[in-house]
Amino acid sequence: MTVEIRTQSVKPVRHTYAHIARRFGDKPASRYQEATYDLQSEVNHHYKPLWDPDHDLYDARRTAIVMKDWYALKDPRQYYYGSYTIARAKQQEALDRQMEFAEKRELLRGLPVEAREAIVFAIVPLRHYEWGANTNFSHISAYGWSTAITQAAIMAAADRLGLAQHCSRIGLLVDGNTGSTLDEAKAFWVEHGDWQPLRREVERVFVTRDWFEVLAAQSLIADGLVYPLFFQQFDAWLARRHGPGLSTLLDYPMRLHDESVRWVDATVKTAAAESAANQALLSSWARTWRERFLAALKPLAEATMGDEGEVALAQVDAALGVRLAKLGLSV
Amino acid sequence: MTTPITTTSTQPVFIAFQANNDTLPIVEAIVADNPQAVAVDSPAMVKVTAPGLLVIRRASVEERVGRDFDLRELQLNLISLSGQIDETEDAFTLHWQSA
Repeated sequence: MTVEIRTQSVKPVRHTYAHIARRFGDKPASRYQEATYDLQSEVNHHYKPLWDPDHDLYDARRTAIVMKDWYALKDPRQYYYGSYTIARAKQQEALDRQMEFAEKRELLRGLPVEAREAIVFAIVPLRHYEWGANTNFSHISAYGWSTAITQAAIMAAADRLGLAQHCSRIGLLVDGNTGSTLDEAKAFWVEHGDWQPLRREVERVFVTRDWFEVLAAQSLIADGLVYPLFFQQFDAWLARRHGPGLSTLLDYPMRLHDESVRWVDATVKTAAAESAANQALLSSWARTWRERFLAALKPLAEATMGDEGEVALAQVDAALGVRLAKLGLSV
Repeated sequence: MTTPITTTSTQPVFIAFQANNDTLPIVEAIVADNPQAVAVDSPAMVKVTAPGLLVIRRASVEERVGRDFDLRELQLNLISLSGQIDETEDAFTLHWQSA
């Protein structure tokens, strides 16, 4: 008896959605492509929004940046809902273990009083900064154009809400879950003289209309200065005096920051390379906001790190300058 | 850094993966890095064949998946392969030795 094994091959009629096939050809597409490209609602906007009668409901003209193809601003991390939530769930698990460890060993609670006070002054008020970032990314997602940008922005908004919580949890680790540090930190954010310049700039971004400018101000400039200043420089300053207890909890925000840097750098670089007008506009935004945030952070750097604050801020700013130049901006 | 593997053999080496969303960028990277490689789609499988030598580079795969990639992740979707294997952190190489 002979047995003949044959495979029946059924050719699929199509490999992907028609709008993806029009862009990339009819071949298997990645999930990111399918969940991103050409999903922006572009036509049939016949009802003008009452709150902005000059524009359509979704309108590419809400920013002064002009792109021939807005989907060129793709996310190098290729995050769509699925890959994003899976990646974050994994990270959250690791972070929760880290938090538990810090709580059990009393890494923060066991610190001398001046170290705890320094953390409450420098790190916990950043929960309000993070909430501000959440608002700004939500703005980008709401008024932005092209799913490539808006989906990455709403994920960034969610990240920042998580980071606001993270700062709060650091406060709770310091005060033993009474919540008193959160009240103190809020008082610093709204009343303390050294925090007011930063708060003013964060709120200035709130009232900035152009969503691409918001992206540059928040993600490129503000985060590019605030993160390394507090989560690296201040952290190192504290570690030299009181050991690396806090560092174990600040590693995660820095990693998220590094990841978001990849996204915003790719976005800004592509937009700047598109045209000389874009490049000039992005450069002027970068210059203006860098000046503002740098001035706003000066009193804070000195208040948190004393004499070393000025040098720390200068280092952070120099690194930002190198980064901006790499993106093709003239600064 | 070890010297890259070369061969004069033209005997075919191949690697076959399950055809799914995880292997799409891997196959793309292989075909881009190995001009002589041919990818053949079968039901639920894609088999990449090349004469003598086939290299999978970590950097090329990472570029396409948009995250860090460990070449051992290949095993998750691997069906079969043929050729002598040389595995480093940066490259996974299949080849036949020069005759």
